[in-house]
Amino acid sequence: MTELTCIVCPKGCRLKVDEENGFAVTGASCPRGTAYGKKELTAPTRTVTSTVAIEGALHSRLPVKTSQEIDRALVKEAVAALKNVQVKAPVSTGDVILENVLGTGTDFIATKTMGRI
Amino acid sequence: MNYDIVVIGGGPAGLAAAVSAWDSGARSVLILERDKELGGILNQCIHNGFGLHYFKEELTGPEYAGRFIELLQQTGVDVKLDTMVLHITDKKEIHAVNTVDGYMIIHAKAIILAMGCRERTRGAIGIPGDRPAGIFTAGTAQRYVNMEGYLCGKRVVVLGSGDIGLIMARRMTLEGAEVLACVELMPYSNGLNRNIVQCLNDYGIPLYLSHTITKIEGKRRVERVIVSKVDENRRPIPGTEMEFNCDTVLLSVGLIPENELTREAGITIDPRTNGAVVFENMETSLSGVFACGNVVHVHDLVDFVSAESAKAGASAAAYLSRNTDGPAVEVKNGNGIGYTVPQKLRLENIEKFTELYFRARQVYGESALVLSCGGKEVLRLHRERMAPGEMEKIILPKAKLAGLTGELTLSVEEETL
Ligand SMILES: Cc1cc2nc3c(=O)[nH]c(=O)nc-3n(C[C@H](O)[C@H](O)[C@H](O)COP(=O)(O)OP(=O)(O)OC[C@H]3O[C@@H](n4cnc5c(N)ncnc54)[C@H](O)[C@@H]3O)c2cc1C
Ligand code: SF4
Repeated sequence: MTELTCIVCPKGCRLKVDEENGFAVTGASCPRGTAYGKKELTAPTRTVTSTVAIEGALHSRLPVKTSQEIDRALVKEAVAALKNVQVKAPVSTGDVILENVLGTGTDFIATKTMGRI
Repeated sequence: MNYDIVVIGGGPAGLAAAVSAWDSGARSVLILERDKELGGILNQCIHNGFGLHYFKEELTGPEYAGRFIELLQQTGVDVKLDTMVLHITDKKEIHAVNTVDGYMIIHAKAIILAMGCRERTRGAIGIPGDRPAGIFTAGTAQRYVNMEGYLCGKRVVVLGSGDIGLIMARRMTLEGAEVLACVELMPYSNGLNRNIVQCLNDYGIPLYLSHTITKIEGKRRVERVIVSKVDENRRPIPGTEMEFNCDTVLLSVGLIPENELTREAGITIDPRTNGAVVFENMETSLSGVFACGNVVHVHDLVDFVSAESAKAGASAAAYLSRNTDGPAVEVKNGNGIGYTVPQKLRLENIEKFTELYFRARQVYGESALVLSCGGKEVLRLHRERMAPGEMEKIILPKAKLAGLTGELTLSVEEETL
């Protein structure tokens, strides 16, 4: 039995997940919590946000995120993969910055439109 | 220079207010923003979690701001960036300066204050010890790493468990720093649950509740901090000291609404929120001056900022054509209520309903929220859980408020099961 806090909405229900019983979830006030509790213990995923270097824009960093959630265990490696990425302005929100991160099929995309100055 | 409506600040509050004023028919609207771009604090909040309520989507801060900037571009609202507002007067004159227009005085029929917040600093909480380099507010460190590309330290202790501190604990970890601890004076965290899970638990960063930093040591740069447990009166308990060797301390000890301009104009400030006292339409004590967003009260969710600011924008547009003055009832804080916004309601101006935002003073389990007037119950609502860290909202239908005079009191009644 593992206790965890549901983070899907701000209500923060206290969930109990029973690993021995097919990851049955108790304590959730809605089905989203049940799904979250099971996934969190079987295959937790996260959206990763970070920045890459950008040239010719107002600031020197461009914010990016993964287009989908990826395996939680890969988060650190995914951020490390951005280390030597260098882009040039202009960039628009949604532009692909790094394709198929660590073979997950997910891309890092820009989350800000930055014009050339 | 003359404008019907001038919005001070181009963060999410100012953006939503300006768009809504335009949509409500105002055609002479100007935003003044001191930064070189619109978006306010959202530009540095690169993490996701914005917009779950407003757009029903999980966006990052810059994406959320981007949505509103696009909406703004479809209007004829004027924007002056890199423009610092220096004074506003009770005659609704705005004194501002930039490098293109120089010093200017703008005459407005209505003003919307949307200047946001500033972070509390170490001075405000007085930690004993040395004054070396390496002590930052979490928001400053966030701007350095996310916009300018500088990581401000390698071994970090975070003081305070507000959302910015939690977000930065994760951010610094992912950028290669080691976050040794997050230290919180109170027995509970003021941060959102999801941030505790995703930012601390995911990375095995310990959260010490009922603890504080009792000493900072270091000659030129921070070398170590001493952390002690505190008793129920928040006083350090001798003998509980722990030492952390770190080079950086991040302070996430709260935000203060940025109200120098507001005070100077003689607008009434609520000492509980540190923001202007506002009416149901977000109008301040100075007729025709409205306020919204973090300058009124500190929000944890930008979605509520947008909703509140849209109301302020529409009210300012309405003000141009009709007088909104009238008798008001005051909302008093009863048992367990820290503050409410708005603080005053002019019942005549309420169309179908009005929202009342508030914070509980402590953590409550099953409880009832009771709104009463002259000892009579007006409204009773059930809550499963409330915490000071999570802003609450109730809807007050006009029908329930009709005919009330004097004072309304909102209070919490604990329900024992
Ligand atoms: C670090 C951090 C993390 C957050 N995380 C989340 C989250 O995960 N999810 C969520 O929903 N919300 C989050 N929030 C809350 C949300 O971002 C804020 O509530 C919101 O940005 C407040 O909007 P605002 O427009 O009132 O203030 P701001 O964004 O601060 O904008 C105020 C603007 O006014 C300008 N200004 C101030 N004074 C002047 C002047 N004199 N002249 C001209 N311009 C001026 C400033 O430059 C600024 O651009 C977070 C906030 C912070 C600080
Ligand atoms: S279980 Fe449902 S109601 Fe409870 S926190 Fe999760 S999403 Fe929210």
